[in-house]
Amino acid sequence: MKNNTWTIIKKEFARFFGDRQLLFTTVIMPGLLIYLVYSLMGEGIGKMVTEGRDDVVTVRVENMPEFLATEIVTDSQLVVLEQPFGQEDIDMLSDENLNIVMVRFPKDFELLTSVYDPQSGLPAPNVEIYYNSTNNASSLVYKTLTMFLDAYESGLSNRFDVNRAEDGKEAQFDMATEDSIGAMIWSKILPMLIIMMLFSGTMAIAPSAIAGEKERGTIATLLVTPMRRNELALGKIVSLSCIALLSGISSFIGIALSLPKMISGEDVELGFNYTFPDYAALFLVILASVLIMASAVSLLSALAKDVKSAGTMITPFMLVVMLAGLLPLMQSSVPESFTTFIIPFYNSIEVMTAVFSHKLDWGNVGICLASNVVYTGIAVWGLTRMFNSEKVMFGR
Amino acid sequence: MEEILRVEGISKTFTLSKKQQQIERTTQRKKVAVDNLSFTANRGEIFGLLGPNGAGKTTTLRMLSTLIKADTGDAVLDGCSINSDPEGVRSKIGFLTSELKLEDFFTPNYLFDFFSRLHQVPDDIVKTRKEQMFARFGIDKFAEVKVKNLSTGMKQKLSLVISLVHDPEVIIFDEPTNGLDVLTARTVTDYLQELRDQGKTIILSTHIFSLVERLCDRVGIIIDGRMISCGTLEEVCNGLSIEDRFFEIFKEVKGDEQ
Repeated sequence: MKNNTWTIIKKEFARFFGDRQLLFTTVIMPGLLIYLVYSLMGEGIGKMVTEGRDDVVTVRVENMPEFLATEIVTDSQLVVLEQPFGQEDIDMLSDENLNIVMVRFPKDFELLTSVYDPQSGLPAPNVEIYYNSTNNASSLVYKTLTMFLDAYESGLSNRFDVNRAEDGKEAQFDMATEDSIGAMIWSKILPMLIIMMLFSGTMAIAPSAIAGEKERGTIATLLVTPMRRNELALGKIVSLSCIALLSGISSFIGIALSLPKMISGEDVELGFNYTFPDYAALFLVILASVLIMASAVSLLSALAKDVKSAGTMITPFMLVVMLAGLLPLMQSSVPESFTTFIIPFYNSIEVMTAVFSHKLDWGNVGICLASNVVYTGIAVWGLTRMFNSEKVMFGR
Repeated sequence: MEEILRVEGISKTFTLSKKQQQIERTTQRKKVAVDNLSFTANRGEIFGLLGPNGAGKTTTLRMLSTLIKADTGDAVLDGCSINSDPEGVRSKIGFLTSELKLEDFFTPNYLFDFFSRLHQVPDDIVKTRKEQMFARFGIDKFAEVKVKNLSTGMKQKLSLVISLVHDPEVIIFDEPTNGLDVLTARTVTDYLQELRDQGKTIILSTHIFSLVERLCDRVGIIIDGRMISCGTLEEVCNGLSIEDRFFEIFKEVKGDEQ
């Protein structure tokens, strides 16, 4: 009995350790991926925390108390202007490109806080800080000021409030528009979701269409017809792209319908205002992404001897694409360098991020499309060579 | 007789993986599958390549069908070279082997149309030819049944029909009756004779002596990738049965190695 158990164990180990591909994906790849993902995330989070820290921010203060003046005037990153401001000035803050924070203290703030009795039931003096949460620098200064004032307030035994809503009305101190908040959130979430949905669609069909044909022996039946190998390669990639696109659209509709439900519990209203050019650019870039995904997955599938090994080969690649999809979460603005838009997958993600951030640049869309078409052409050439290679097609 | 196929000095050497070396029980990295092979085939004849397993018959037929490339040499089939015009060769041959499979998701009807399109067969001819071929092999009743639901014999008949959608001049069959039940095997061999009578050329590989005797006009005996003897049955057999003659040749070549 024991001998049989040991025989089975040995057989399973021989099966596992004898398969280098399985060994790599099961033992080496998880550790490697965790290292890569966590390193990238750590770097990203660090970047998010420090983003905007070096920007110069103008702080307009009305009725500046002395304790604050001594604190913030010395900060070289802040340009402090002591001047009153009105609603018109506050409305300017909705422009997310302006690094401005406006702080309004009640007149004679220090006197008011010294005479205020927290037991009286009367509202405490209120400090209003207006900022724009979609501007990193403005948001960072707002957080710093709030922390400073909270600490100061604790020292005074809660004798004033910061950004208190008056008379039950919802006060608006964050001047970011619903549209810009929406744009910020969508630009961070949707590119990754779209890319993942498209990739899942491609993954679901490409291995079966190419590695599956090898496994089932049906590819040879096609290869003995007079059809040119490049026609076969192009036919495979285009058809797979179309099907993956349909799958991606289905997933996207699902996301679009479920997102309002997902955020319905939140206090914020997220705008989703995109124009026809935005949708057109998005469609084009999705098309280009699908082409290049189908190309890459087809190449890997052609190398694999069957559907199972195709899945094993594609998994690490999928994780790399996922990582690329996470990058917008870690950056505050769309990179402007030319090279960004020629890196496959990353270029699509960045163009989508730009579209959702209302920063559509047709030049970048063009570069992304052109480079993806070139890569697809290269993939068709590669796949043609693979269909021509007896080692790849019939190798055991 | 009009020559339709001329094979001149084709060779093929495979590099063996470690696994294949173990299977072949050899330490050599290279294996010569076909060694400087030459032969011709004439229009309207059945030419048989006879040899034991591993002799290089299948490799030869795969080179002729352009599925794999010859390392050296060339073959010209009805004016098209396997090296310089593989598409031309493929348009003139029907190739069938048990390794070639049909997508079992589709119906015979769909597959016939699909492969006809790939062979650029005009639509009106496709319709007539499909009706004739399906009726000839009894596929008409199953034309709309998915391949996965067909019996093994019916699948094999369909494979044969699909390989001939474009009415090729040369039909290359690797082990035509291998794995077939007796009824289907008979249908296939009868059809091969019909094709020959229509003036088609059939190149087949086999290790079945009776098949060679019954079908082939000319035969080539291959051992270890080399053509040992080639000619009409009378020329090759030299008064013996094909089976006796084969073992005589085999012994001359291999000694008592078997």
